[in-house]
Amino acid sequence: MSADPASPSATTGTPAVFRLPRIRTEGLPLVPIAILLVLVVLAVFADVVAPYNPEVGSLAQRFKPPAWVAGGSTEYLLGTDHIGRDVLSRLIFGARVSMMVGFTAVVIAGVLGSTLGILSGYLGGWVDQVVMRVTDTWLALPALTFAIFLAAIVGPSEWNIVIILGAVYWTRYARVIRGEVLSLKERDFVRLAIVAGCSKWTIMRRHLLPNVANTAIVLATLMLGVVIVSEAALSFLGVGVPPPKPAWGLMLADGKKGLMAGYWWLTVFPGVCIVLMVLAANLLGDWLRVKLDPQLRQL
Amino acid sequence: MRRFVLRRAAYAAVSLFLLSITIFLFVRVTGDPTVLLVEPGASQDDLDALRTELGLDRSLLVQYGTFLRDVVQGDFGRSFYYRTPVLELYVSRLPNSLLLALAAMVFSLLIGIPSGIMAAVRVGGWWDSAGKMFALLGLSMPSFWVGLLLILFFSVYLGWLPSSGSGTALHLVMPAFALGWYFAAAHMRLARSSMLEVLGSEYVKLARLKGLPEARVIAKHAFKNALIPVLTLAGINLVLMVNVAVVVETVFAWPGIGRLLYEGIAFRDFPVVQATVLLGGTMIVVVNLVIDLLYAVIDPRIRYER
Repeated sequence: MSADPASPSATTGTPAVFRLPRIRTEGLPLVPIAILLVLVVLAVFADVVAPYNPEVGSLAQRFKPPAWVAGGSTEYLLGTDHIGRDVLSRLIFGARVSMMVGFTAVVIAGVLGSTLGILSGYLGGWVDQVVMRVTDTWLALPALTFAIFLAAIVGPSEWNIVIILGAVYWTRYARVIRGEVLSLKERDFVRLAIVAGCSKWTIMRRHLLPNVANTAIVLATLMLGVVIVSEAALSFLGVGVPPPKPAWGLMLADGKKGLMAGYWWLTVFPGVCIVLMVLAANLLGDWLRVKLDPQLRQL
Repeated sequence: MRRFVLRRAAYAAVSLFLLSITIFLFVRVTGDPTVLLVEPGASQDDLDALRTELGLDRSLLVQYGTFLRDVVQGDFGRSFYYRTPVLELYVSRLPNSLLLALAAMVFSLLIGIPSGIMAAVRVGGWWDSAGKMFALLGLSMPSFWVGLLLILFFSVYLGWLPSSGSGTALHLVMPAFALGWYFAAAHMRLARSSMLEVLGSEYVKLARLKGLPEARVIAKHAFKNALIPVLTLAGINLVLMVNVAVVVETVFAWPGIGRLLYEGIAFRDFPVVQATVLLGGTMIVVVNLVIDLLYAVIDPRIRYER
């Protein structure tokens, strides 16, 4: 971590640049980065890459197996689903949904949680009490149950899911970041800033925020996997992304209809996509944790 | 110590209070449940009558007041759908959930503890690497997908196990595995790190210096102490398992609490959803309180901390 207690900006008030964490590139986890990169490219260029419209199929082509299985054709490389939609195209567009939901939800949770964590840790007093009691209550509810509960209430839509997941998962950031702030605020650079007459607001924004950024980034990466699995679970239960949209969780729910008949490709492929993405996020997060934040190593 | 107990109990009480408000308010936003309870084409009068019967026409504050009073007395209202008291429904499903959770727990400990310990004994060995891989997969694979794969393999292809329902021990195998898989990974990670910590401690060094054979050092001296944190986590996780099994129970049509929550949501059954989430949260708040207090009894340092 590059916490710099002697930073001149602490006393002179020159604008502190929000420094990007420095990362040494040796031992870069290439596999997870490659997986995420491929998924991002697929998500962005889904319209170009996907061979078919993901939401339209023809019933004449239903339940076609993948190309290499008897009965499959190269027209539909990974087969078709129960209403004849191309599985490959749905997987590619599904990457877009997962990425969109995953990244935005993590950012919302991160911004909310970090802000409240810094406020509660630095201001203390009743602010701290309120934030921590709410955090405790939120954490008492199992995250997925809570998300299902909220999703059932506000109704299924992509944006609702993003907001719900953000609202459910901010508490984890708040807890950890509050802890960091509690120790940071006893450090000399914060004391000097107080002596120099910085307002509370300035101290939180210029001196505390940059110092908890590393932790927030590590948490965000690790949270990405959790959020993606949650989205898939919600969609699977029918309270997530609404039907014709190609979401991986939804594809698994559809796949269940053909499961007993042995249409394995409808269950296997979407799951593999979810696992690859989550695995990549977890591996990257573990690596970042060790690189950026030695204090979090035991987490 | 007394101050500590009081403060912790007060925190728990505040949490429970916030929990009840949160749930109450969120549920009332759901929309009008009466519409879903009557036949299509019912008259406005019928709807109004039903609303009055269910108490939905009164102010939110009054509704919350009644709600809280009833909850404290153990009355969670009647299920709109089943037309029976919710608590009865909940209690009738609880044993199934506990059974599933216990089976999943036994499975996760049977896998987690030995493999974690073996990984710690030979750090960097092939078993350690395989274990790391397993833990990573366990934490990355959604439980419901594991469940679906199990059904595909053991029910569809091999025809060995029933794909859904409950009743026999065979019905329990796949749901327990799907639910326990994630926790097995978590328990394994903890068993490994706690064993490593114990192996580095003075008394283990002493046991070795005495010339005890390595197997005996590990089995008799290190193992027991390494087990404590794992069992503590397992205690918390058992409560968690009862409450996070929604998806697994839905996949396998297992008649537990998770399935009850799912049905409550699908049928817009207010009292059921409310009670399930509230009781789940309460269970966790209470268990956390108990664990905090137990720790304080065991470790005096905790009592004096803020």
